[in-house]
Amino acid sequence: MKIFISAESKEKDSLMDPRFGRCQIFSVYDTETKEIISMDNPGYTSGGGAGIQASNFLIDQKADVLITGHLGPNAREVLKNSTIKTYTSSPKNINEILKDYLENKLVETTN
Amino acid sequence: MNISVLSGKGGTGKTTIAIGIADTIKGSIKVDCDVDAANMHMFYKGMQISSEEFFSGEKAYIDTNKCIKCGRCKNSCKFDAIENSKIDFLKCEGCGVCSLVCPSNAIVLSKNKVANILEYKLEDGYLIKADMEIGADGSGRLITKLRDNAKKYEGVNIIDGSPGIGCSVIASITGADIALIVTEPTLSGIDDLKRILELTKTFNVLPLVCINKYDINLDMSQNIEEYCNENKIQVISKIPYDKFVLKSINELKPITSYKDSEAGRKIIEISEKILNIYEKIKK
Amino acid sequence: MNIVVLSGKGGTGKTLVSTNLVKYMKANYIDADVEEPNGFIFLKPAIKEKIDVKVKVPFIDKDKCKKCFKCTEFCRFNALAKTSDKVLIFDKLCHSCGGCKIVCKFDAIEYVDKKVGIIEKGHSEGFKCSRGLLNIGEPMAVPVIKELLSNLGGELNIIDSSPGTSCNVVNILEHADAAILVTEPTNFGLHDLDRAVKLVKKFNMPFAVVVNRVTEKYNIITKYCSRNKIEVLGQIDYDKDIAIMYSRGELIINKEKYLNIFKALSSKIKEKWL
Repeated sequence: MKIFISAESKEKDSLMDPRFGRCQIFSVYDTETKEIISMDNPGYTSGGGAGIQASNFLIDQKADVLITGHLGPNAREVLKNSTIKTYTSSPKNINEILKDYLENKLVETTN
Repeated sequence: MNISVLSGKGGTGKTTIAIGIADTIKGSIKVDCDVDAANMHMFYKGMQISSEEFFSGEKAYIDTNKCIKCGRCKNSCKFDAIENSKIDFLKCEGCGVCSLVCPSNAIVLSKNKVANILEYKLEDGYLIKADMEIGADGSGRLITKLRDNAKKYEGVNIIDGSPGIGCSVIASITGADIALIVTEPTLSGIDDLKRILELTKTFNVLPLVCINKYDINLDMSQNIEEYCNENKIQVISKIPYDKFVLKSINELKPITSYKDSEAGRKIIEISEKILNIYEKIKK
Repeated sequence: MNIVVLSGKGGTGKTLVSTNLVKYMKANYIDADVEEPNGFIFLKPAIKEKIDVKVKVPFIDKDKCKKCFKCTEFCRFNALAKTSDKVLIFDKLCHSCGGCKIVCKFDAIEYVDKKVGIIEKGHSEGFKCSRGLLNIGEPMAVPVIKELLSNLGGELNIIDSSPGTSCNVVNILEHADAAILVTEPTNFGLHDLDRAVKLVKKFNMPFAVVVNRVTEKYNIITKYCSRNKIEVLGQIDYDKDIAIMYSRGELIINKEKYLNIFKALSSKIKEKWL
């Protein structure tokens, strides 16, 4: 399973970026390999519709879970029509957030 | 803490107030998001520490060596941007249709430089602004970038927003802690205030309203206060018409540096109130 | 003939100048500041006609769509999005370029009309008034501006522009024969006037400046104009009474002292451009 977290930087102890569409980086944790990698968010460099572009990116990458601060209405619309489950967290270190998710402490966003 | 200073309409005193607040809260980071008419820098002396090119969207370019002048591009361009195998950059929207229909691959799309992003270290704090290319579009992305660049500096961010209600304004609001909406007691001002309040509601940002030059029309000012009370929106201050404002703009000194200025005093009060409000919402 | 009244900075007095000029010259008034139109507050026209402004946005026939997603890949504005099992359309981002229909090999895309704003037409005391209004939440004003400014008659038309120098203003200038740049004699006014001048020069049209909120006859703007050989059509004094009348939605030419200013502006305009 692939877990995407919107992040401020590629650092291992980066903070979560509460924005989804325009965050710079996605930190991606793979539950099988137990590795975290960083990916650039194409929505960051988008003129308009960043949330849409970021959502499309996650769908292309076959994300299973997204953890972020809040979703704009466009991103919400796209993700509603996908198999990706979205969770909200307050801005924290991404490792702490991962821990929270794996311990079922995060709330799933309802549409 | 991020404070966005906004107004629906131009000329309400947004920049004067933003600079007054920035002067009161020491070490503040001034972020000039009024990219079509960036004026904050005029009030400060400082050292430029960074300059970065900013690109947004694309424009089409026709390689005349490959062009066979069939005219298919011109016929399919919905923006009338092609004439005699040349692209009018002001009209081109970078949609890519011309490149798609060109039978000889003569058209490419290249990223479009929209602005230079400049950062200055000031005596007190920092300033970040964009120098836009004439006729270019200040999209939400440019403003998001300005705000992101500001994050690396420690200090309260004071954002001077664009007038209006479009995507530039939206990018000045999202993620802000407080939106200080500056309005004037005119018929046009009330209309525009209502539109901005819809935006702050959508983006869940705490709005605080400041009625500037309130004494040019006391009835209208009262209407605004009543409207705000009915809708549970706080009117944080009413600032009187003040001749010192013109002096402040001519001498390029923050209004708060004139001891006899009533507007200056009110703006200092606004700054203190905002800091208190922020402490409360943090808890 | 179309004269556009613009300014780099907001709040310098474009609407003040255009509405009073229109009233004095009995010219037609067009409010092209479609995001925040204010001119009708002063001219109070009787509205005779309302026209919807529509743009073309894509509609996907689900039976024909094979989910190849070539359309979502092509669209540069993110107006078409890919989901697990269909294409979603975000029509607010659509620029109506027509590209998605061209790339679709299965003829699954058609265009339908979407309303983005409205044009209102009427008259006030013998001259025509029109304005455009963009629906709140629509990000793009250009289609409303284009509709408003197409098919203007050959009479004298004064077009009240939106502030700034961005694509709204560029589209307005496409329809102009001459431009009046309104500014104030402050550092802000000068800085933003310079930007507006650079933009107007790209269109090769005659232009001149009106200075508003003046305290000194020779000021930072008159110096700039003299240096750059730009004509100053007129100056309006800094006057609290003007602010008060404006706040009440009143035209200032109702007062004698201001009537003369617009009489002089009108003569100059007729002499230079008409």
